Amino acid sequence: MPISRRVFTIAMLLGAAALAGCSGGGKDQDGKIVLLNVSYDPTRELYKEVNAGFANKWKAEHGQDVTFKMSHGGSGKQSRSVIDGLEADVVTLALAYDIDAIAAKPGLLDAAWQTRLPDNSSPYTSTIVFLVRKGNPKGIKDWGDLVKPGVKVITPNPKTSGGARWNFLAAWAYGRKAGGSDAAAEAYVSKLLANVPVLDSGARGATTTFAERNIGDVLLAWENEAYLASKEIGAGKFEVVVPSISILAEPPVAVVDANVKKHKTGEIAKAYLDYLYTPEAQDMIARNFYRPRDPQVAARYAGTFPKLNLVTIDQEFGGWKAAQATYFADGAKFDSIFAKIRR
Amino acid sequence: MRNGATSESRLARATIMTLGLGFLGLFLVMPLLVVFAQALASGIGAYADAVLEPDALAAMKLTLTVAAISVPLNIAFGVAAAWAITKFDFPGKSILITFIDLPFSVSPVVSGLIYVLLFGAQGWLGPWLAEHDVQIIFAVPGIVLATVFVTFPFVARELIPLMAEQGRDDEEAALSLGASGWQAFWHATLPNIRWGLLYGVLLCNARAMGEFGAVSVVSGHIRGETNTMPLHVEILYNEYNFVAAFAVASLLALLALVTLVLKSFLEWRYDYHGKGTGH
Amino acid sequence: MTATATAGHIPPGHRMRRPCFRAPSIIPGFGLTFGLSLTWLCLIVLIPLSAVFIKTAGMGWDHFSSVALSERAIAAYRLSFGASLGAAFINAVFGLMIAWILVRYDFVGKRVVNALVDLPFALPTAVAGIAFTSLYADNGWIGQYLEPLGIKVAFTQFGVVITLVFIGLPFVVRSVEPVLADIGKDVEEASASLGATRAQTFRRVILPAILPALLTGFALAFARGVGEYGSVIFIAGNMPYETEIAPLLIITQLEQYDYAGATAIATVMLIASFSLLLLINLLQAWSRRRTVD
Repeated sequence: MPISRRVFTIAMLLGAAALAGCSGGGKDQDGKIVLLNVSYDPTRELYKEVNAGFANKWKAEHGQDVTFKMSHGGSGKQSRSVIDGLEADVVTLALAYDIDAIAAKPGLLDAAWQTRLPDNSSPYTSTIVFLVRKGNPKGIKDWGDLVKPGVKVITPNPKTSGGARWNFLAAWAYGRKAGGSDAAAEAYVSKLLANVPVLDSGARGATTTFAERNIGDVLLAWENEAYLASKEIGAGKFEVVVPSISILAEPPVAVVDANVKKHKTGEIAKAYLDYLYTPEAQDMIARNFYRPRDPQVAARYAGTFPKLNLVTIDQEFGGWKAAQATYFADGAKFDSIFAKIRR
Repeated sequence: MRNGATSESRLARATIMTLGLGFLGLFLVMPLLVVFAQALASGIGAYADAVLEPDALAAMKLTLTVAAISVPLNIAFGVAAAWAITKFDFPGKSILITFIDLPFSVSPVVSGLIYVLLFGAQGWLGPWLAEHDVQIIFAVPGIVLATVFVTFPFVARELIPLMAEQGRDDEEAALSLGASGWQAFWHATLPNIRWGLLYGVLLCNARAMGEFGAVSVVSGHIRGETNTMPLHVEILYNEYNFVAAFAVASLLALLALVTLVLKSFLEWRYDYHGKGTGH
Repeated sequence: MTATATAGHIPPGHRMRRPCFRAPSIIPGFGLTFGLSLTWLCLIVLIPLSAVFIKTAGMGWDHFSSVALSERAIAAYRLSFGASLGAAFINAVFGLMIAWILVRYDFVGKRVVNALVDLPFALPTAVAGIAFTSLYADNGWIGQYLEPLGIKVAFTQFGVVITLVFIGLPFVVRSVEPVLADIGKDVEEASASLGATRAQTFRRVILPAILPALLTGFALAFARGVGEYGSVIFIAGNMPYETEIAPLLIITQLEQYDYAGATAIATVMLIASFSLLLLINLLQAWSRRRTVD
């Protein structure tokens, strides 16, 4: 029956058309260089500036046009996408753990990636601070105030949000220091989590819950997010409170070896990440409320970033791999605390 | 309508209308109002800016492209499946129908994940695809696949009960008069099912444009390139750009409403008398 | 496969030569349409979904039970299945009512209402979730009136049900509507002329006729609700054991780079949904056969 065969052919052609579409990933196109930067959620504003700055610099020095493709999302999800074949030239994520996961897959990234750039491959640092409502009605000054009865604390879910893992560990570090033991830390964090009414799946969701839905008295947030939220969502509606102790967050960056080799973008990708350490980019970093590494830039913005006692993940928790296993894996501390709260 | 026993009392009717429409108001109109209120919160200028911004336009183009590829595929499948299921008797029919229903019940998260497990760099076909430089996920084909999966049942689901209801008499009559199978379909079946088909296509299209979860997993979220409209909404929302987020969302709702109103218009224009009584 | 497409042209006597998979019919195109649907079904649905099972099968019982059968996972299934069931029941009642209104009554703006019913298919789920959260949060349009009454919707299990009602509504309305339109007035008139009251006619004549369709709508709304993620995540609150839905656990497993763990939970949900859908479809096939006989 020729007609049905024709229908069949058409269906097959449509199927083929569906499969033949274009391919993504960064690549060279007639002299124009395209770089794909796969990043986590809060860095949109930062990389908008950085990309423009780098494109100008590269054009001036090499006469080539660079365009950037940006992909933002939860740090873990982004890392999984790169593992599963998203052809990122560079990754700029929230935790070393997520880039380690990429390096764990054979051939994508050198296992020693973190030593390839200065400062643990982290061009900037940040920390966890508190965002409270204007006038600080609950009088929240430090971690100890968060476990008072009637104080509602907003933090995202550490199981799904990288930022929330920093929050959890910062609270743990405080509990350990205040009580002198891990048992005391666990007791403190349990009380803190009992005061949490909503666990959003991501950091920005938590900020929205706090700022837009008007839920909670204090938001645990990245320092840059806290400043950005108080600037973008409601100027004058919130105040940033810096606690006595917090954790030093070092969001790392890396060139993904296999992908730049494929795209022949190795040189420019490396230059792009190096650019992040220049005073010019460090200034953009500071303007976006991340703590710059460059001492001179840091000095200029000393007023923005109050000094506080910062513990590091390596000293305090033995690195991300150990921290993940002890606190966030299935059945680890976070889960067992919730199992207990429930009873 | 006048007979008391074949229609409800005035009171019962008023109660049903109030409850039913009240329910619709609460569950459908209110959220829609929220979307439009937020979208227009900063005036029509901000709305236009958000909708005409290059990344938003790119997202629109991608969403329409994906719908334009996946809807015809599902029409072809839906008609074929409905024909096989309703015009013939064979064992295992209920299982086949259930398989067709399956994508409705698969969590969108999983619908995306399955293609990653299949076509991802670590997946079954990943190494082969990489060798031949074919990119499926994190590119348009992956988004199309996820969309086809999610909208898979719509056309078939709409047609199966309709064609079952209409039986096989018309086609058998046409065939005994010497028509070919294709002619029987074209002249006997299609006129009876065209409204159901149109309707299935519209639903399929609406869902294809609105799908978020599954597409989110396979998109890679590259701004201006692999972001569909729903993903663009999420990005804007996460940038605290609530006005723009709801503006793009309202555009999606509008697109759907326009197609549905168009359908109502066609039904009215071409004198349509209820689905099951087409012949 | 296309060879059997010509079956219609073979004289009837020849068709029974070999044992037939399907019952004989003079209508052609079985091979083509059945082959096409099966191929497409396999390519798009079955083969990709089998990845879930194969991945799960490779993980070993201990890992499986620790992920998919933990107390926390069970609490999440209970919420996902319970809330979907509740939402599907609400939809069955109100969906039927709305289908009735659309089929039986004439009123101004009916076409708009008709178009509106499909909105949940079209609105991105995330947008629906955000809209519902902003409606029902304590400072939202509706939430501000509920709050003084002590009713909390956003970030509770109740909020999950409300969102799932939204997601599932069109399934019920669109399943029931065509069947309701198809019931002739004559049946009702016959019933009425035999002295039945309106309520009796509804219960004894109309309800049995639309019950299969209502069940389908119910099952589809339920199945869709169980897997829903995008909209629920905004309003649920995501507290373990309380407002944590099963699809969130899948995401949680993925965050730990545990793909097998994710597919394990997906497997449990898939089997449950599939069994329910199959049950309903069998029930329908059975009731169809019964009415035909």
